[in-house]
Order: sequence, then structure tokens, then C-alpha cells
Amino acid sequence: MGFLSQVINGLGLGSIYALVALGYSMVYGIVQLINFAHGDIIMVGAYATYVLLVMVGAPLWAAVVGSILFCTLAGIFIERVAYHRLINMNAPRISLLITAIGVSIFLQNLSQLIFKSDGRSVPNMFNFGTVQAGSLQITSAAVINIVTSVVMMAGLQILVGKTKMGKAMRATSEDAEAAKLMGINTNSAIAFTFGVGSALAAVGAVLYCNTYPMITPYMGGLLGLKAFVAAVLGGIGNIPGAMLGGYVMGVAESLTKGYISSSFTDAVVFGILIVVLLVKPDGLLGKNVSEKV
Amino acid sequence: MKMRILSIALAAAMLTSGLTGCSKGADKNSEASGAASGASGDVIKIGGLAPLTGAVSVYGNATNNGIKIAVDEINDAGGVLGKKIQYICYDEKGDATEAVNAYNKLVQNDEVVALVGDVTSTPTLAVAQQAIQDGLPMITATGTAEAITQTGDNIFRACFTDPFQGELMANYASKKLNAKTAAIIYNMADDYSLGLMETFEKTAKELGLKIVAKESYTTNDVDFKSQLTKIAAQKPDVFFVPVYAQDLALIAVQAQQIGIKAKMLGADGWDGVLEKIDKSNVSALDGSFFSSQYSAESDDPALKKFLSTYKERNKTEANMFSVLGYDAMKMMAQAITEAGSTDSQAIVEKLAAIDYNGLTGNIKFDKDRNPIKQAAITTIQGGKNKFVEFYKK
Amino acid sequence: MKKKRTVFYLLILALVLLLYLVFAQLIDAKVINRYYSGIITMVCINIILAVSLNLATGFLGQLVLGHAGFMSVGAYAAALFTIHSGLPKMVSFPLALVLGGLVAAVFGVLIGVPALRLKGDYLAIITLGFGEIIRVVITNMDFTGGARGLRGIKHLTDFTWVYFVAVLTVAAVFAFIRSRHGRAVISIREDEIAAEASGINTTYYKLLAFIISAFFAGVAGALYAHHIGVLIPSKFDFNYSTEILVMVVLGGMGSITGSIIAAVVLTILPEFLRNFSDYRMVVYSVILICVMLFKPSGLLGQHEFSLVGIWDAVRGKGKRNRADGPAVGGQKGA
Repeated sequence: MGFLSQVINGLGLGSIYALVALGYSMVYGIVQLINFAHGDIIMVGAYATYVLLVMVGAPLWAAVVGSILFCTLAGIFIERVAYHRLINMNAPRISLLITAIGVSIFLQNLSQLIFKSDGRSVPNMFNFGTVQAGSLQITSAAVINIVTSVVMMAGLQILVGKTKMGKAMRATSEDAEAAKLMGINTNSAIAFTFGVGSALAAVGAVLYCNTYPMITPYMGGLLGLKAFVAAVLGGIGNIPGAMLGGYVMGVAESLTKGYISSSFTDAVVFGILIVVLLVKPDGLLGKNVSEKV
Repeated sequence: MKMRILSIALAAAMLTSGLTGCSKGADKNSEASGAASGASGDVIKIGGLAPLTGAVSVYGNATNNGIKIAVDEINDAGGVLGKKIQYICYDEKGDATEAVNAYNKLVQNDEVVALVGDVTSTPTLAVAQQAIQDGLPMITATGTAEAITQTGDNIFRACFTDPFQGELMANYASKKLNAKTAAIIYNMADDYSLGLMETFEKTAKELGLKIVAKESYTTNDVDFKSQLTKIAAQKPDVFFVPVYAQDLALIAVQAQQIGIKAKMLGADGWDGVLEKIDKSNVSALDGSFFSSQYSAESDDPALKKFLSTYKERNKTEANMFSVLGYDAMKMMAQAITEAGSTDSQAIVEKLAAIDYNGLTGNIKFDKDRNPIKQAAITTIQGGKNKFVEFYKK
Repeated sequence: MKKKRTVFYLLILALVLLLYLVFAQLIDAKVINRYYSGIITMVCINIILAVSLNLATGFLGQLVLGHAGFMSVGAYAAALFTIHSGLPKMVSFPLALVLGGLVAAVFGVLIGVPALRLKGDYLAIITLGFGEIIRVVITNMDFTGGARGLRGIKHLTDFTWVYFVAVLTVAAVFAFIRSRHGRAVISIREDEIAAEASGINTTYYKLLAFIISAFFAGVAGALYAHHIGVLIPSKFDFNYSTEILVMVVLGGMGSITGSIIAAVVLTILPEFLRNFSDYRMVVYSVILICVMLFKPSGLLGQHEFSLVGIWDAVRGKGKRNRADGPAVGGQKGA
């Protein structure tokens, strides 16, 4: 059947990974932190969409915008409360990581407390049926996902490459101390990065809800991990790399499910991570930075 | 310096609370229902185990709520052996270790005379292994793994076993729906799904029903398109989906998107799926059949009364778990009454020989302590459950 | 100085034995019933887990997120051994414990060799990945019982076993840390490049600490398997690894005493706060964040319970900087 159909399915799935991977990549680029909690921001976005759409009854556009806003604020809030202090006092890496794990667990369990652990179904948002062309099948969800992710990436490139804030972000990634000396407000740049990353995750969440209309408090965990692997695969800190990594992960997962077995997808995902880290740690598009004494 | 004092104080506080906690009794932390008078001579204590928090809490709470209604009904009618039932239920959080811990607490601290629990198969098995050492009469309302009652003579269950339903649905597909080919999708990381899939497959072979596609997925998967596409290509007559409602909600929608026309079949895990699937997607389930422990549309006045009491008290609809919980508690109470005492051996004997009429029909136990009763076949049409018939293979 | 130290070691040993006798008597006399002894068993198992994780995360300074994976490997290996070996329990059980530890140690090598080449963040993710892979593989194999789990494991773990294995673990880790090997490990945590430059074979020591950590996790798993009687792969997931991590972080990364105290508290407290079990993980996560924000070294930091220190302080001798943590159970002095 469609090897091609499987690939397109994979690209659709991979678009969501890509959007989330962008957030991981940017945050790592700027503060060298693997934001464990980033995957759970998707969950926050999904529940925000659910609440606005189903419980408040808002129209679709309002739910999407509201969800994005909420996530952006959440991302910035988390950065301020949990990470800011540790980043500024140059705390050891392990402390930041543990804090991130703490935030992730907090979000998951808070959500479980509020919404209980059984899944909530989200109503149809942008489902326009499936196109059949012989043995080829393209769902509208896949198309929407791919298009949206490409548009988002283009937008992000412009933001980072051509705006003043983008320049500040790049400068801070390059060398935070020097940036400060040049008068750049690194704190704002960092907060902004978290915000944009979270906004992208929110978009990913909306797409996710459209494709798989069932949300649970733990959905962000595995999804986030796969997106992280995608970011590493593409080269962490590298924006087009994150996109590429996302698509590759999505296709790999789809093909594994189709031709091997669903239970091995997790193993394949981590297998990819391990191979990349051992063979080419800077990922497909990344650049090497050696540690100076 | 301040930090040091603070951290020492915190450590001391935690230790003190831990140590003083040791001396406190267990009573505060239980869910007690029914009259709880001080002297244990005035009440009959029956223990309960259920996942009230955690990933499967929805099932645990449903079962527990059903049991509580039964307890209240029994107590209002005078109790058992002239005493009120005190129902003590502990939350095992969906974890087998916790379940064993809580079980020990019930037996050693609370000295219960019987156990109604657990809910999901794996913790139930772990607890059963302990219960046979104690000889405690134990009935699980909803644990479906076959091995549970095989552990010992004092372990009973109120629900069908996994193999039973797998066989049943294969028979239904072949004999009632005249299917010649079938496809299966199942969760290979789930006991329940595995058990059903295996017996369905085995029975299908015996009946000449050809399995044209067998696909698996694992817990937490949400994308089934790869598997469903392969199934669609085989064009089966029926499509067996022995999974829980939450996964079914996703599978059905995706199956519809892919264009699978086969009739979907399921088992009691489907119960409640109409609450899980969004209104805009209910058409994905049209024309499907599933076996259940009971039928909500039956005319039985006792069932109607239970359903309305449940809704009034808990603000949600009852489901199969609640109904089974009710029946399980009632059966235990009946056995104790018939035994005339709280002696474990006596209760077990009466339970084995019981003839009980409840919300899920008439129940007697076979030699493996599994219930002999009918299954209700329900179909879904236009977003509603419709009772079809009672079926026995 | 040395003589004083030996005296205090013996004193601690006596305390440990005394504590054992007290508890054993209480259990025999049924004053402590099966419920409470079950909790004590879990406390001891958690002590082993926390102390072993502390070796890799606290003393070596590498964040290991897949500790439950090592535990599960040891648990399954031991359980399969006692089920199939046909040897009498007095023989098969201790063998099973050692086997569990060894199998876990082998996995420690398999995982450590690739993983330890990476920097902190990536190491954490890879250990997480391996933990998950182990779980997936166990779920997919038939001889482990697959998703259904392994059943019918004999209940061979009792208080005596679990207590003394815990004491042994603490003693072993303590001895290791106080030896020159341990000092090498600590120096790697402090500054790996400087350590390498000083001639310490960092690869060797990193692997060594990792393997010892995995070994004891495997032993803990073996004890656990024969305590519960049923093994389900989904129990040994990331959440479980995190619970152990919380004990280590809270107690103090680099303090064996801290790990012991935290293990005791965090095993007992949830039992008595059953009403609040809904909030447990939320509280744990807040604890993690707060500890990291305000006292990253954990409650006890890198200090150990020190009889010598108390003795000195009582005699007014010199300013010894250590925490006056209340003494619970048997601990090692410095």
C-alpha cells in the first residue's frame, strides 16, 4: 500500500514533532538547558484548547489564539520561577536538569489533579476528509500539519534572522557575557525565547488535537521526548535542523509501525538518539563546539 | 546559616511526623461506608481495594461507587447477621505493590472478614497470591484475567473472564453475523487485550473464520493509521477490537477516516465509549457490536433503581464497573448471611454454592469459581447503545 | 585518631545489630504485623536503591534517569532463577540476589560504555532512553511473562535478609567512597578535566561507579521481586526512577546518611498520608524544584552522620561543619 501513504502519515506526525523540537532547540541554544518540561507545554496547550472549546464554548479561532497566548505566558512564567535564578547564578548543569524534571512532573500531576487521568476527547476542528488516489491516502490532517509547520518555521527564521529581538537571541546564544557587555538585555532575550518556543508548542498542540482527538495528562511526556530526539538529530540549536529532525522522526516512527511492530517504536526512537550521539553528536546540520578548559 | 537551620528543622519535622504517624491508627486513612461504631463486635468489616487515583482511577471509582450503593442498601435493610457492614476501601493507585500493602493493612490492622476487590487484573493477581495464604474469602468484581481464580479456592469473580468473551465474540461473528473473514487489532502491552485476542483467534480457527490481518499497538499509542491501513487492504467482514473505550475512541475515528467498512466487534472494555468519543465523531461506531456484562436498557426494576441512585449520588452515569461492584458486594453479603458466621471457610463454601440474582442476571459459580451467566450483546447506532440480545455460545 | 575511629565503627556495628534484634523480636512476637513489616521491607529496599543511585548521581555527579531499569533487570533475573533453578530456597535465594546484581552490572557496562562518553545532559537522556528500552524489551519477551508479568515468585524476602543486605550495601558504598577509588570518583565530579589532567583514568572510574550503582540496584530488584511475588514491567518506568531520584536529591547528593533518611521518610510518609496520595507527585515535584532553587545540595549536603564529629563537638573541640541530623537507624560514622 502505500509506502508513500506511510511516509505522508509520517510527515504529518513529524510536523508536530518539528514544532515542538523547535522549542527544545531554541532553548538549548540560548541557555544550554534541555527543558524537560517543554513536552508538557503541549499538554498544557491541548487542555487549554479543550477548556476553551468545550467547557467555555468559544469559537474555534478564539480557542486557538487563547491557547497560544496561555502557553506563551506559561512558558515565560516557568522560566522566571524555576530556571531564572539558576541560570543567572551559573548553577551546575545537573541542578537545572533536575529542576526541569520537577517542572515536568508538576505539570503532569497538576493536570491529572484537575482533569483526572482518563482522556478527554476534543471535537473535530479542521477535518476535511481524506483524499484517495489509488492506493495513496492523504488525510487532510496530514496536509494541514505539514503546511502549518513549514509556515511556522519560515516565520521563525524571519523572526530570528531579521528582527532586533532575534538578533538579541542569537547574540545571547553565541556568548551571553559578551552580549551583556554590548548592552543586550539577555534576560529579555531568554524570556522571549521561552515564550516563542511555548507558542510553537501550542500550535503543535492544536494540530495534535486535530489529528488525535484524545488528550491525557501524560501525553506530553513521550511526545516531548521524541521531539527532543528530533532536535538532537537535526542538530540542537539549529532551527532548520529541528524541522528536519522532526520529519525524519515522524517518518521513522510511521515506517516502524507499518513494517516492523508498534511496540518497537520507542526502542527505535531511542536507538536513533544513541546512534546520533555516538556517531555525530552535533546532529545532521549542527556545528561542533569543543569544551575549553 | 539560616539555610542550615531551615533544612535541619525541615528534616526534623518530617522525621517527627513520620514517627508519630507510626503510632496513629489506620482508621483515618480509609474510606469507610456504613455505620462505623467503636466496638468491632457491632459491625462486620468488609475490605475493598480499588485504584481511586492514578491512571485507571475511572474504573476504580466506578466500582467503588457501585459497591457503596450496595452496602447502603444492605445496611438499610438491617445489615448482615444483624450487624451493619463497615466497608473499608483503600486506594491502591493502580499499582500491584500498593495493592499488596493495602491488603496487608486490611487483613492485619482492620481485620476484615472478606475482600471485595481488586479492580484491574494485575494487582488482583498479586493480592490473590496473598489471600490464598490467609484463606480470606475474596471476590473481584472486575478482574478478568483467567489466572486470578485459579490461584486458590477462596478467590471468586463476578465478571466474565477474558477467554470467555473472546470465544463468545468469535462465535457471534461466525454464527450470528455470518462473517467469513476477520481482522484484529489489539494492545500487546495489556493483559486484557492479549487474553481476548488469543481466545478469539483460537475459536475463530475452530469455527473456520479466517483471520486475515492481526495488528498490534502498545499502550499510549495514538496513531494507528499504519496498522489500520494494512487492515483496510484485506477487506475483512468483521474487525475485532478488544480494547478499552479510550483507545477505541481513537481507533474508530481513524478506521473511519481510512475507510474500513467492516463491522467492528468488541467486548466489555468498550463500556462507556460513547462518553469518550466526541459527538462529532460518533458515526465512526455505527453498526458495531460488543458484549457486555449487562444491558443498561433492560427493564429490570432493580437495575433501573440502581442506575438512578448512582446518577443522583455521583453525578455521572453508572457503567459496567459500578454494576459489577454492586453485584460482587451483594454476593459476598449473601454468602455471609447464608453461612451464618464470619468464619472464612464457611463463607467460602457458601459463596461457591451461591445462587444469586442481581443486576447482571442470575449468577452461579463453576468449578473454577468463574460466574456462569449470560452476556448482553449491544450495538451502537446513531451515538446510542441499543440492546440486541442475550447470547450464550 | 585511628583508634577513636575504630571504636566508633564498632559502636555503630553494635547499634546496627541491636536495632536488628529489636525489630526481629517485635516481628516474631507479631507486635509488628505483616502490614508494618512490609513497609519496613520497602524502606530497606528503597535505602539500597537510593544509596546506589547516590553513588552515580551524587558522588560521581552524573544524572542517571534509568535506575529503575537496572532494578528491573536484577528483579527478573533473580526471579527467573529461583523459579527455574530447582535448588532449595536456602541456596537459590542468596544466589539469586547475587545473580540479580551481576546481571544488572552487566547492563551497567553495556549502557555505561556508550553513555559515559557523553556530557551530563545527554547522559541523562540516554540513561532515560535505556531505561525505557529495557522496559519495552521485557514487555515484548515471552519468557519474562511479557506484559502479563512474571507470577508465582516465592516470597523469600524477609526482614533479616533485607535488613542485612541494606546494611551491607551502605557499608560497601561507604567503604568505596572513603577509599582512594572513591576519592577519584569525587574528583571527577568536581572537575573532570582537572582530574584527567592529574592522571586519573576518568573513563575507568566513571564506569566503575556506574557498575557498582547498577549492581546494587539489581540486588534491590531481586529483593523486591521476592517480596511482592509478581513482576510487571510497567512498574519500572520513568516515574519510579524519578521517585528514587527525589530521595537522593532531597537527602543530599553526596551524603549516604541523607539518602538513608530520605528513603525512610519518603517510604513511610506516603503510607500515613494516604488521604493525600492524589497530591503526592505534585508535592514531590515541588520539593524537587524548591530544593534545587534554595538548597541544591539537598538537606544534608555532602555531610555524613559522624559520631566522631558529635564527640568532638560535645567536647568543644574545633568547629566541625556538619549537620546535626537526628539519628534514625544504623548509619556509618566518619
